[in-house]
Amino acid sequence: MNFSMFLQHFTNALGLGSMYGLIAIGYTMVYGILRLINFAHGDIFMLGAYFVFFATIQYKIPWALGLVIAVLGATACGLLVDRIAYRPLRDAPRISALISAIGVSFFIENASIVAFTGVPRNVIQPKLLMEPFALGTVRLIPLSLMVPVISFVLAAGLLWVIYRTKQGLAMRSISHDIETTRLMGVSVDKTIALTFAIGSALAAVAGIMWALRYPKVEPLMGMMPGFKAFIAAVFGGVGSVAGAMLGGLSLGFIEIMSVAFFPKLSGYRDAFAFVLLIVILLVKPTGLLGEKLEDKI
Amino acid sequence: MLEIKNLNVWYGAIHAVHDISMSIARGEIVTLIGANGAGKSSTIRAIAGLVKGAKGQVTWTGKDGRPVQLLGRPPEYMVKLGISLSPEGRRILPQLTVEENLMLGAYIRSDKDGIQADIEYCYRLFPRLKERRGQKGGTLSGGEQQMLAVARALMSHPDLLMLDEPSLGLAPILVEEVFATISEINREGRTILLVEQNAYAALRIARKAYVLETGAITLQGTGAELLENPKVKEAYLGG
Ligand SMILES: Nc1ncnc2c1ncn2[C@@H]1O[C@H](COP(=O)(O)OP(=O)(O)OP(=O)(O)O)[C@@H](O)[C@H]1O
Ligand SMILES: [Mg+2]
Repeated sequence: MNFSMFLQHFTNALGLGSMYGLIAIGYTMVYGILRLINFAHGDIFMLGAYFVFFATIQYKIPWALGLVIAVLGATACGLLVDRIAYRPLRDAPRISALISAIGVSFFIENASIVAFTGVPRNVIQPKLLMEPFALGTVRLIPLSLMVPVISFVLAAGLLWVIYRTKQGLAMRSISHDIETTRLMGVSVDKTIALTFAIGSALAAVAGIMWALRYPKVEPLMGMMPGFKAFIAAVFGGVGSVAGAMLGGLSLGFIEIMSVAFFPKLSGYRDAFAFVLLIVILLVKPTGLLGEKLEDKI
Repeated sequence: MLEIKNLNVWYGAIHAVHDISMSIARGEIVTLIGANGAGKSSTIRAIAGLVKGAKGQVTWTGKDGRPVQLLGRPPEYMVKLGISLSPEGRRILPQLTVEENLMLGAYIRSDKDGIQADIEYCYRLFPRLKERRGQKGGTLSGGEQQMLAVARALMSHPDLLMLDEPSLGLAPILVEEVFATISEINREGRTILLVEQNAYAALRIARKAYVLETGAITLQGTGAELLENPKVKEAYLGG
């Protein structure tokens, strides 16, 4: 493999990994606060992709506006999922919320098959993003640079919110002690809703970039990226936003590079993620950046 | 400012607090003493909005003179009214720094300068916290955590400060220190409801006191009266 080919793979891995990372952030934040695996998260990713498809391709709304509509639409869906499927179960055993999560996911997927049909639809990419340009000896399209750049900017912005704002402080506090956080005047429902909104918006952005990158949308497109992003969240350390990004990137690189260097393994591409999950659970269950929850009484 | 009438707390079939009535006037230190399991925390937590199965009347009259019923409201509502609770067991957020814990206490406020001034005020009350401002809450000693818990409850600028066993697990000399600070906070105009097992320390600083036994109030009076009361002496002051 020559250097320019390697760079090509490198940008691919960076793009794929950062999209996994963006999705993983939603898993990790919700899990950190509610100890709930939000199975519907991958479906919010899918809805973001569909919304942008309908807005820009079906209804010919300009891209800039279409993006906003898609992100807001998917965010609203994420909030609705929390309000309808999770909030009523806040005091119920965790297993109930988990089952509810699985139910919501099936519901969204099947409702989407009914509403959008199961037939994959092609996304017409804006020319602007596809004009190849040369970077040294490598030829790249703007899209493949945009994906990691947008992902990193969003992740950095989120870290700023979490560590520099009052709402971020409340989120960090809730994940350790809900009752005490309420005693400080924090509305738990509002803070959880904010968490779902942020996670859903990021998943929608990832879904939109995914739809542009592999230019099609279909109702089950969220499943595999969802699973992998979940694994990325576990790998990075559940509860840690930086860990989710790191986990996503690791997964992207493992996937792309193993196929690039061992083309014979390409059939096993999706299996790597699950092997990684098993290994991390056996070797370091708290993940790369995960913290042990320790309390001093 | 706080009138409690016929408060009952149920946990399923367990009747933890029976029909108790108390009143707290502005500017007072009122203490509620009792043995383990008497229902002290249940009472104070019911006022703070943390107990779902609380029945009765808890009426708050704020500075505007308008009475408000508290039962059934969420804790964040009480904080906004001006009631704050430093819970039993301190409940410091271990992964947040001392200063972040204080900022969390000021969550409902947005006056940056006022918050900063109050942080400085807390550091004056508890100089040891200032030295440790950047340290994680979980790494503080038990006594420092207790100071932080009291300071944090002050950060919302409450009219009524409720403290659940601030002497728990502290060495006698530290108990003195914390109680002296509580008196000082009170002298500066804040009303205090103090729940304690350390009856002697609590009765000495309290204007009014209630004794709780298996969920019911059995005695009440001024702090000085109860210190002299033979029953209190026998049961809570070691004879
Ligand atoms: N969440 C709960 N569920 C069931 N029972 C409870 C609960 N909390 C308290 N109780 C019971 O209510 C009674 C009063 O408890 P409470 O915590 O109010 O006592 P306390 O006076 O604060 O005691 P201590 O001094 O030990 O803190 C106890 O019998 C306790 O077992
Ligand atoms: Mg108690």
